Amino acid sequence: MTTAPQTAMTTFLQQEAGKELIRISTAGSVDDGKSTLIGRLLHDTANIHEDTWEQVTRDSATHRGGDQIDFALLTDGLKSEREQGITIDVAYRYFATARRKFILADTPGHEQYTRNMATGASTANIAVVLVDARKGLRPQSKRHAFIASLLGIPHMIVAVNKMDLVDWDEAVFNEICKEFTDYAARLSIKDLRFIPMSALLGDNVVQPSENTPWYQGETLLHMLEHLYVAGDRNLVDLRFPVQYVIRPNQDFRGYAGPVLSGMVRPGGEVRVLPSNQIAYVQKIHSFDGPLEEAFPPMSVTLTLDREVDVSRGDMLVHTHNLPRRANQFEAMCVWMDDMPLDRETRYLLKHTCSEGSVMVSDLRYRLNVESLKRESAESLAVNEIGRLVLHSDREICFDSYEKNRETGHFVLIHPLTHRTVAAGMIINREPEAKLPATMPVTRAAEPRPALRRGGVPVAEKQARAALAPITLWLTGLVGSGKQKVALGLERALFDAGRWVTVLDGKTLRRGLSRELGFTNAGVAENLRRAAETARLFNDTGVTVVAAFVSPLQPLRAQVQQIVGPERFIEVHVDAGLASCEARDEEQLYQGARRGWVTNLAGIDQVYEPPTSPAVHLDMDRLTTREAVQTVLTYLHNLDTEKTP
Amino acid sequence: MNLAPPAPSTPTATKSDAQKTKTRVANLTHLAQLEAESIHIFREVAASFRNPVMLYSVGKDSSVMLRLAQKAFYPGPLPFPLLHVDTSYKYEEMYAFRDRLAAELGFELVVHRNEKAIGEKANPYDWGTGSCCGALKTQALLDALGAGEYDAAFGGARRDEEKSRAKERIFSFRDRHGRWDPKNQRPELWRLYNTRVKKGETIRVFPLSNWTELDIWHYIYTENIPIVPMYFAREREVVRAGKHLIPVEKFPFRDRIRGERATLKCRFRSLGCSPCTGVIASEADTVPKIIAEMLSVRTSERAGRVMDHDGEASMEDKKRAGYF
Repeated sequence: MTTAPQTAMTTFLQQEAGKELIRISTAGSVDDGKSTLIGRLLHDTANIHEDTWEQVTRDSATHRGGDQIDFALLTDGLKSEREQGITIDVAYRYFATARRKFILADTPGHEQYTRNMATGASTANIAVVLVDARKGLRPQSKRHAFIASLLGIPHMIVAVNKMDLVDWDEAVFNEICKEFTDYAARLSIKDLRFIPMSALLGDNVVQPSENTPWYQGETLLHMLEHLYVAGDRNLVDLRFPVQYVIRPNQDFRGYAGPVLSGMVRPGGEVRVLPSNQIAYVQKIHSFDGPLEEAFPPMSVTLTLDREVDVSRGDMLVHTHNLPRRANQFEAMCVWMDDMPLDRETRYLLKHTCSEGSVMVSDLRYRLNVESLKRESAESLAVNEIGRLVLHSDREICFDSYEKNRETGHFVLIHPLTHRTVAAGMIINREPEAKLPATMPVTRAAEPRPALRRGGVPVAEKQARAALAPITLWLTGLVGSGKQKVALGLERALFDAGRWVTVLDGKTLRRGLSRELGFTNAGVAENLRRAAETARLFNDTGVTVVAAFVSPLQPLRAQVQQIVGPERFIEVHVDAGLASCEARDEEQLYQGARRGWVTNLAGIDQVYEPPTSPAVHLDMDRLTTREAVQTVLTYLHNLDTEKTP
Repeated sequence: MNLAPPAPSTPTATKSDAQKTKTRVANLTHLAQLEAESIHIFREVAASFRNPVMLYSVGKDSSVMLRLAQKAFYPGPLPFPLLHVDTSYKYEEMYAFRDRLAAELGFELVVHRNEKAIGEKANPYDWGTGSCCGALKTQALLDALGAGEYDAAFGGARRDEEKSRAKERIFSFRDRHGRWDPKNQRPELWRLYNTRVKKGETIRVFPLSNWTELDIWHYIYTENIPIVPMYFAREREVVRAGKHLIPVEKFPFRDRIRGERATLKCRFRSLGCSPCTGVIASEADTVPKIIAEMLSVRTSERAGRVMDHDGEASMEDKKRAGYF
């Protein structure tokens, strides 16, 4: 009973069953020939319908008034785009060849370029970057290459277009390849290829060109059809976030979700995060019958062999292959909203299948997309990219974006406007345990041989200062009033004829200690740097008033060793926890109570009061002015003692 | 990297065919990938919204969408009702198919009609296609969504159907008045969908965004999905009106159309309202024949829908106003 359509059907099914779905992202502006290239790809692979073609022919005449077919009309779908002759938003195109099905995310090169490129790039397997052979490598192509690399697209094809306008000159092509390769060396691109082409004439797009005998490589379509992408998936680390719990009756409790990475089979042992419960996969359910295994990008439903408490946002992983778990993490973020980043706003976080909220605790730097230089910034505006430190209201389970593209990304949503404001890629930050901060606290106690620095001995410099430089070390809880006392002291000491400066956590963490967090190791390292800085100031003849929580006795002992015991004066700014919390100007206590600030002295970190401070200030009884006066009196007495 | 699958001994599809190809070398066929993406979308909506609804138009895309929804929540029932916006100009076969399916599968079906406009005899001849669609489809839809207090509505639109649809998000935000603002859409990255809405605002969700017409037919074939028989070719009496072939059998405005009459074998490629939906000449009376026809066809599927072609940006204008 083999009839004609059935034979055609068999062939069709065979062919279709072998087809993979490939996502491509392109970007470019009106004049570098991107639309022409896409039009050419669709046209030459016979993916344009007759009536669409007729309409494009008709519209070409209306809009541009010429006889030449305007391929851009195939991709510019919105009325205002056609009227203005520009592409405004990401457009998705579909075409197929005998080997693969393609989804092409076409993004405009000018308006909202970063946001749109990032959107198109987020799911792409292959990036096609256009370069106009006449103009060479321009900022826009660099920008696209950078964003493609930031969003982790594994394969990049650089299409050197309009080769017909430079007489198919191999030297021009080679120069662009070299320049691009040099630039790309600063990015992370796993697979980079170049093609000389003319989209307008079709050379090396679908058909090999006779004009480029010096080019031995493949055509664009051949690359798109043959690049090996299946290996880009992570089939090792099981990450199965629970998206939805299916519970049709009391006897069935299925956990539905996408397999983001790794593989899962019935009988496999899994750990439920964050609860850490262990269970075994009983069955993988599907409408078409039970499955023997599940892998990305499947969306399946699992049942477990025992009663465990699992809900949306939890993640199933293999017992010995765990993601990172933290409520503080760092990420490269693309800001996408007209309202700039605001550090006072608690943004909604969407990550895998979990939702929570985050505060941005630090903006480490803004990245200049043109020069790749890091710039200091207070905020991020629309289409800017920066490295942020984020504090989540709960622990999240993640991998770095580099290691796992699926569990390493997130978006931020504004709590009031509900707009998607940022896309983030989590960075694999060196754990703080590996920073020099873990150096033993006793290190500084070792004798330090005097280094000869410059031509003027320290003693001589100090002699020039009217009064011997000292370091006043103010320790106490957050909110105890250290800052105000320090500023009062600075004024008084300066007026008394000293060169004086104030050092505090905020100043240091903005610059010198910008990469440090607030773990024990981070705090220890920050204090070590503060102490070294104070020492350098003192050596130069400058008195230092340092205000740091410095919660632990050994830490302060280390500081004393570094600064030098003879010029270190410990001042305990002592206030009760309740009054500190009442003054909570930066809402750190509130944050700690709610769990998104950790390691706050007095809450989840001990504060060891100094056993014998040089000066003890009872801030629950003294005013700031009185406190300052108490310290000055102590210094005066000290001087009197020293100079009888 | 993709081994050719074993050739099926007969072209009759069974459910296990798709299964076999799925589990081969930890690789999914493109159709299985599209299926997975759609299932993910259905579940995300069910998990995030208070009161979702699925628009059901009785057409082939709705049939595929319904099957995908069944798969997403298997072995549970659909956690949302289906909504049919009925313009009163649908074919009897469509109504019969809809009611039979609802009974067999046991889903909750809500039917909404703009009775006021129907009472005023809204039709494309006297009202113009714009006003007729505006009243019977767009207004009816907005009223139905408001009456049900739905905060999310699934639609079967695909991006390959029409140019302005190519720029629409999978989760497409609509303001209090159901309007779409194409220049101010929420960025959509990875598989993370922004599901936040305030009271009165809604999200239209398109689980079939990345499917093409050929994918739809391929899936109908491999999954054995029931569809309205109008898609299959048979002899019908038609009138040639310009580029369009209008079937006159049960046509409500027989006396209003002029043109040459003929009887020929034809089928519907897309199901709209009877006054505005043309047929195409075709011999395809089975799904495999339709696919064979698809592989050689050179016109896009909405070519037979008169309303799309009123102005160059016709679909975009309708969508801005709230049309699916």
